[in-house]
Amino acid sequence: MDLAFIIETVVKIVVILLVFSALAGFGTYFERKILAFMQRRLGPMHVGPYGLLQVAADGIKLFTKEDIIPQNVVKPIFKLAPVITAATAFMAAAAIPFWPEFTVLGYTVHPIVSDINVGILYVMAVMAIGLYGPLLGGMASANKFSLISAARSAAVFISYEVITGLALLAPLMMVGSLSLIDINNYQSAGITHWIAWSQPVAFILFWIAAFAETGRTPFHLVANDHEIIDGFGTEYSGMRWGLFFIGEYANMFFISFVMALIFLGGYGDGSIAGALQLLLKVAFFFFFFLWTRAAWPDVRPDQLMWLCWKVLMPIAVLNVIVTGVVILIQTQGGM
Amino acid sequence: MQQSNRLRPFFENISFDREDNELVLNFGPQHPSAHGQLRLMLHLQQEQITKAHPDIGYLHRGMEKMAENMIYNEFMPTTDRMDYIASSSNNYGFALAVEKLIGLDVPRRAKVIRMLLLEVNRLMSHLFWLATTALDIGAMTVFLYAFREREYLMDLVEDYCGARLTHAAIRIGGVPLDLPDNFMTDLRKFLDKVPENIKDYEDLLDKNRVWLMRMENVGVISKEMALSWGCSGVMLRASGVQWDIRKEEPYELYDEVEFNVPVSDKGDNYARYKLYMAEMRESAKILYQVADMYEGTSTELMAHAPQYISAPKLEIMTQNYALMQHFVLVTQGMRPPVGEVYIPTESPKGELGYYINSQGGPYPYRLKLRAPSFWHTGILTDLLPGHYIPDVVSIIGTTNIVFGEVDR
Repeated sequence: MDLAFIIETVVKIVVILLVFSALAGFGTYFERKILAFMQRRLGPMHVGPYGLLQVAADGIKLFTKEDIIPQNVVKPIFKLAPVITAATAFMAAAAIPFWPEFTVLGYTVHPIVSDINVGILYVMAVMAIGLYGPLLGGMASANKFSLISAARSAAVFISYEVITGLALLAPLMMVGSLSLIDINNYQSAGITHWIAWSQPVAFILFWIAAFAETGRTPFHLVANDHEIIDGFGTEYSGMRWGLFFIGEYANMFFISFVMALIFLGGYGDGSIAGALQLLLKVAFFFFFFLWTRAAWPDVRPDQLMWLCWKVLMPIAVLNVIVTGVVILIQTQGGM
Repeated sequence: MQQSNRLRPFFENISFDREDNELVLNFGPQHPSAHGQLRLMLHLQQEQITKAHPDIGYLHRGMEKMAENMIYNEFMPTTDRMDYIASSSNNYGFALAVEKLIGLDVPRRAKVIRMLLLEVNRLMSHLFWLATTALDIGAMTVFLYAFREREYLMDLVEDYCGARLTHAAIRIGGVPLDLPDNFMTDLRKFLDKVPENIKDYEDLLDKNRVWLMRMENVGVISKEMALSWGCSGVMLRASGVQWDIRKEEPYELYDEVEFNVPVSDKGDNYARYKLYMAEMRESAKILYQVADMYEGTSTELMAHAPQYISAPKLEIMTQNYALMQHFVLVTQGMRPPVGEVYIPTESPKGELGYYINSQGGPYPYRLKLRAPSFWHTGILTDLLPGHYIPDVVSIIGTTNIVFGEVDR
């Protein structure tokens, strides 16, 4: 392992961390602005031009706030939980190709930290570990609302892991690889080759599950302010709470990348136009999260479980079986 | 049973240390969805409620006792602080009760203005209800849409009396002011938009799958239950009892206007939501009719009863005896005849009743407020068990309780 590779990797990691921490901040700005325009108001307007510096103001506030650790909490776990959420969210970014490879001064750059051959499996696994943030934070908080939130997060995240897993299985059977770059290249021939067309059911299922995985309305149950205050975040303040927040928004961006890469063709053939398309697709998915929040109320936890186990999971299993049968027929026809 | 001579908190049916899997959750008094200061003690089996115990009194100001130490006119602004979402309807209930007590007849223009204020308040209250309930369930956009319309109505009331929340816009014997010039045009302009505004909300909610999942068959109140818990207003009508005091015992000009009383026999959250929407349309209909009555009424605004109500300014400034009477009324207050009266009115939340017992003095001997929200809080004990935590929020939302009124 030569020095150049190590330096390159470290630079990539730092760039991803910085870009997505900033994006998580700006995600809140986008959310507030987009919701505001849908609700006939202006959103943040006072800090900087069009409220753009609101993000900086919020950041300063979070960093300088008093760090309160309540009396009866389990201190080590209480301190660890937000770090888990943020860390796992960023760890997931390691296997996501954010941009096609390009050449700078004769040096080819692969904008992916590590193109491991089980890329998507790794991304989903690390995102699943993110469950421990809300779970441990909620259980350590010595607060009944946090406890309910922890129970909810365990139920919701584990249930919807099943859906994401099964929904991804069908496209993966077609591609035959777990690397996100391979999946992208499988669709590089253009819009007609997008997996979303050949696997519409898997696409919709994964999209629905993405809402549950990121805890967005209408599945905003884990920290539903109207029922359980701020759920696992109730007792957190300052940057500890901010880490939960960054993790949540980073997750939204990464899952948007994953959806765009797997189902909507990713960056296509690798040209600059294709790369810009990828960003547009990600922006669309992110916008859709916010759009849904403006349009829909929240469901109940029991209804969410009903949706998961009685509606989505049978469909997902059926989809896998049908895909398998079709592939079998195709390959035998080819023989 | 509770022993009344003990000065210890009374929790005989609640044990806080438990061995079983039940969780006792204090929902409020500081909770985003507690609609003010409701403290609900919930016994939970996982997320399901086995026992609910509403605890009130966190906003108690002793209004009934305050009234016993105030002259009648002094108490008027205090009534604003009951149902502060629709404060004119509280003003009106009190004014009407005192007027009945002393047998006053109010000039027609004052009646028209009161009707306008009452129905504008009803619209404000219903819009506020829709906004907060939708927000509690997570439909954030409806909240801001409804507040947009409520803002127009607040501006209207502000044009009339200068206040936006605590109006004190009604006096015993009439109203203090005539309508400003632009009031009618602004009101009509607003009313013309009401149907499409309501359609905006209904487009977002009516057939919304998630909204239906959260509202239908949740918080079902049977007819018997509604009657035995003393429900009134929409809470009663949603359970299949056609009872609207504006129809049953018409006061003011309600017998002269055409309007329907929407009823449903479902008794669930969704039925109540539909009734609130229907009532907003009916209110707009009433407002149109009352607005037409304004033209051609004489300009008198206060009843003529110099013994109880100060004479018009012109008389006070020109006639000695009127000035003396005014002086007595201001310093000592009016002295209604000996007697008692109970007057119910249909406030936006239900039956708002004022009981006044007068011993002939300038202060009421006893004043009892019958606020609808109080009874609607009580029903939570029976209504909540069996539901889930999120349903608690939506049920509190649709009962439309306001804690200024519950605790008084």
